[in-house]
Formats: sequence, structure tokens, C-alpha cells
Amino acid sequence: MSIVLSNISKQFGAFKALDSISLDIAEGELVALLGPSGCGKTTLLRIIAGLEQADSGEVHLQGDNVTQQPVKNRQIGFVFQHYALFRHMTVFDNIAFGLRVKPRKERLSETVIHKKVHDLLNLVQLDWLHDRFPEQLSGGQRQRIALARALAVEPSVLLLDEPFGALDASVRKDLRLWLRHLHHELNVTSIFVTHDQEEAMEVASQIVVLNHGRIEQKGSPSQIYDRPANDFVSRFIGHTNIFDLAHDDAGWLKTLGLVATNPNDRIAHVRPHHIIVEKPTSAEAPTIVLQDWQHLGATIRLELNPDGRKAPESTIYAEMPNDRFHELALNRGDRVAMKVKQAHWFSVTA
Amino acid sequence: MQKPLNSASKYGTPQALSDPRWLRYAAIGITLVIIGLFLVLPLVTVLIEAFAKGWSAYAKALTQKDALAAMRLTLLVAAITVPLTTVFGVSAAWLIARFDFPGKNLLITLIDLPFSVSPVIAGLIYVLIFGAQGWLGPWLSAHDIKIIFAVPGIVLATLFVTFPFVARELIPLMQEIGHEEEEAALSLGASGWQTFFKVTLPNIKWGLLYGVLLCNARAMGEFGAVSVVSGHIRGLTNTLPLHVEVSYNEYNFVAAFASASLLAGLAVFTLIFKTLLEWKQAGKG
Repeated sequence: MSIVLSNISKQFGAFKALDSISLDIAEGELVALLGPSGCGKTTLLRIIAGLEQADSGEVHLQGDNVTQQPVKNRQIGFVFQHYALFRHMTVFDNIAFGLRVKPRKERLSETVIHKKVHDLLNLVQLDWLHDRFPEQLSGGQRQRIALARALAVEPSVLLLDEPFGALDASVRKDLRLWLRHLHHELNVTSIFVTHDQEEAMEVASQIVVLNHGRIEQKGSPSQIYDRPANDFVSRFIGHTNIFDLAHDDAGWLKTLGLVATNPNDRIAHVRPHHIIVEKPTSAEAPTIVLQDWQHLGATIRLELNPDGRKAPESTIYAEMPNDRFHELALNRGDRVAMKVKQAHWFSVTA
Repeated sequence: MQKPLNSASKYGTPQALSDPRWLRYAAIGITLVIIGLFLVLPLVTVLIEAFAKGWSAYAKALTQKDALAAMRLTLLVAAITVPLTTVFGVSAAWLIARFDFPGKNLLITLIDLPFSVSPVIAGLIYVLIFGAQGWLGPWLSAHDIKIIFAVPGIVLATLFVTFPFVARELIPLMQEIGHEEEEAALSLGASGWQTFFKVTLPNIKWGLLYGVLLCNARAMGEFGAVSVVSGHIRGLTNTLPLHVEVSYNEYNFVAAFASASLLAGLAVFTLIFKTLLEWKQAGKG
């Protein structure tokens, strides 16, 4: 089901949670609402669900204006951050809940419900837990049961609030992939809220970056990463080195290969893997000292110090593959040559 | 087998951290004496006095017309006030736990008011409003409606006194449980009532029962407020506690203590049930 939001605004007292948000989401997408805490992403999700009422603006699901519709008429499945499983019901009863509260005319027979619940339990690979109570489950299991419960009513839209927020790092990694595969299998339009850019990049087909109640950028993960619309998005998505013409000498930046193309450009963001580090070939090359490095698994992160300055804010981070680093055979304190392969320039934002 | 290091260690407290033995026994002893003297002894006295003239006198005292009327009235008052207080308590707790609205703190304070006002004052308030010389007195007598010195007055006074019991029990409980499960139920297509009966109520049921139990005990045992508005009309406006007083004042000790034994029985039953509920609540969360 397609989702269209137009000019959604929401205010909590003096705090502007959402400022005229407009957004189109095509059917079958898996969208991440990404932003720092307090950016309004959860509020937006709750407004789509109907759990919160917008002060102004409209919500359209599949072309229908549902702005005034209560949550139960919106055909959404909502997965809560802390799962909100019914604590006095077994896993089975939790999943069957949405099927059993339907009006008598639409309600399935108990045998059909039984089969359906077990199918869902198999889908989330937890059929063996059907008679447990929520408090007997681990976080990851609760998460999957919450998802199965939301899917039981065959929602047209699946909304997930920080679905992996409360889980261990390793469980989170597994569930991310699993959610992606599940979405692929069911193809139900889904939106999830996260503050973790890595999670958004890994799971979503579209990312919406929010900040201060406004949309900063919407696009595929590669668009967001490779062509950030502004310096906020660039800084929020992945690591970046920041060069500012107000502090850094333009001539010196030029020797690194950093040249502004537009007269308004003032700040350059450079991803660590866009910095090439070589052994120095000539004596005139700028003095850059390799201060330290860290193993990040397949890549090595180098800490580079221009002109041998010690101030931590002047440290430049570069990343290169493990084997390349071994080829270079560098030691701490070595002088290196450095080139910037690619940079994003931004004008100064007020 | 490992030998305990000292006598206290098998109770999980090392000797160095526990008080000297004489102090412990003295503290336990004092507590037991006080409980025995002020709680158990009166209870036993009630039973001894009630049965002072044997079983048949006890049974006769309880089956006499006025005693039966008092029991009926007490049950009637409880049957009216407890459901009303329950409905009020659940709705007030729901409102307070779920929503932020102007005047919320004032409402919480108002709910606590009956706890801070003497029951006699509560009774007097109703006399001042509904009594013959009260604000609404002339209007009420003109329309032939009797509130003071009649059952409605007793119900009103009992309502006032028992008002906070259920609400006070539920507000912290509902605040702790939170709103998410209810929102989940709504998102799964449940109606408001379905959400209440299938999600909210099961979550609060032990706390609710606890509040209802205490409320019932108070409704049946209330003396002060009821005494002011009842008028002590035998067989008509005497509840059990009032019947105890009237009988005692007439030196009818067996009747007084027989009725008192019923109230004491109610108290003991309430205590046992309350302990069971607390145990259930702790176990189920």
C-alpha cells in the first residue's frame, strides 16, 4: 500500500516535533526513518499509524485520506519498541489476538486461527515457544513474536518503532538480515524508525533522514551515502573528515587535491576511504605523520596528523584495506603522502 | 557437607552483620507482646463475650429482627457503594495514568481528600447539605425525599469515605504498566471495550481486587460518617457497626459482641484474602 504524507506538523507545547513533513512512499518499499533522537521520527511513525494525531496535514494510505480514521481502521501492523506483548497471554494467544477480536461476521473459525498462528510462528521460526509467556522469552524472541502478532492481521503497512533498539549487538545483526529477507518474502510496505545509520543502510531500500522535525534527504542508501544533500546528512551517515576553508589554508588543501569548484563552497567532507595514503615520493609533499592505526576487521583506520600537529581535532582519518596496509609496511611516526580522491563540498549553512 | 561457620550463617546473615542475640529476642518479644495485647486479646475478648452465654444465645442474638435488619442494610450499602467506587476508581486511575490534562494534580488531591477528612466531618457535611436545616433541606422535604436519617444518606456517607480506595490502588499500577499494550491491542483492530476487557483489566485485576477488598471492608465497617447521618433508627437505619454500639449502650453485651464478632470475622477474612492477593500480585507482576 502506498503512503502519502502531506504537510504533517505536530507540536508538543513549545516544541516543534514535526514541521510540515511531506513524503511519498511507494508500495512494497522498506523505508527507514533515520535521525538523531528527538528529531520527530517516532512521532511521524505514530501519526501514520493513527496512534497520534497531527496538528495539521493529511495521511493517505493507498489513496484514501485516513487522517481522521482511528488506528483500528487503518490496516496497519505496528511493532513497538519494547514489543508491548500482552503479558498475561501466551505467545499463541498474543498472535491470535488480532484474529479473535474481529467482529463475529469476519472472524475466522478457531481451527483456521489455530493453523494461521502456527504458520506465523513457523515463519518467525519460534513454533516451539507457542505456550510460553512473554516474560519467559529473550529480547530477540519477543521481537519476532511482536512481528508475528502484527502480521497476523495481514496489514497493508508494517510500522516498526526502533525494532532493534533494545537488543544485543549480535542478535541485532541477525534480525536485521532476517527482517530484510522477510520483507522480500512478504513484500508489505514497511517503515521502520532507527537512529542507527548502519542499520538503515543495511536494511532499508529507501532512507528518509530527519532532523529537527524536517526531512533533510530521501533516497536509496547509496544516494544518501554518495550524494548527501547537505552537511548534516553527510555527517550523520558514516564517518567523515571535515575541512573548512575558514580554518584550513586553501593552498595546503590544494596540495591534497581538495579544490572548491563553486565559489560558495566552504566546507569539504571527505570519507575516510576516499583518502589515499602512499609512501612519500618527493621531499616537497606536505608533511603528514602517521600517528596510529586501528584494525576494523577487513579495513585499517589510520590516524594522520598534518604538519606533525598534535591537536586531536586536526587528526585526519583514512581507511584502507588490510592487505594494502601490509604492503605499505608503515610504522608509527612515518611521514606519508596523502591524496583526496573525492569530497563533498557544502556552502555554509546558517 | 559444609559446616556452617556460625549459627547465623544458615539464615544467610553472617554473625558480624546481625545484632546480638538478646537484642533480637527482646525486639521480637516486645513486638509479640504489643500485638498480643492490642490486637489478639481484643479479638479473643470479642469472641469470649459473644459466646459468654453459650451458642444458643449467640445464635439468637444474631437472628433477632434488628440484627438481621442491620446485616441486610450493611450488605445493601456495600452492594451499592463498592461497585460505584470501583467504576469511579478504574475510570479515574485510567484518566490519570493515561492523560495529561490541566487540573490533574488537583484531581489527585481531591481523590485523597476523604483520607484526610475525619469521617464524622464527612457525615456532618451531608447533614449540612441535605439535613432538615441544610441547604437543600426545605426543597427535599417539599418533594418528600429523605436522605438524612435514611438509607440514601448512609450510602452517600459511605461513598465519601470509600472513594479513594480503588483509585489509589490503581493509579501507580496503571502508570507502571504503561500504555503500549493497549495501543498494541488497538493497532490489532480491537475496539475500546475489547481493549479494556482483554488487555487492561487482566493486567490490573489483582490490584483491582485488592482495592475492592479494602473498599468493601471499609464500607461494611464504617462507623463515624454513617453514625452522623443514620439517626440510629432500629431496624431501619442501623448498620452492623451502629447496631453494635446501640446494643452495647443498652447493656445487651451478647448482642453487641455477637455482631462485633461478625465484623471481626470480616476483618480476618479480609486480611487473609489480602495476603493471598499480595502474594498473587508479587508472583504474577
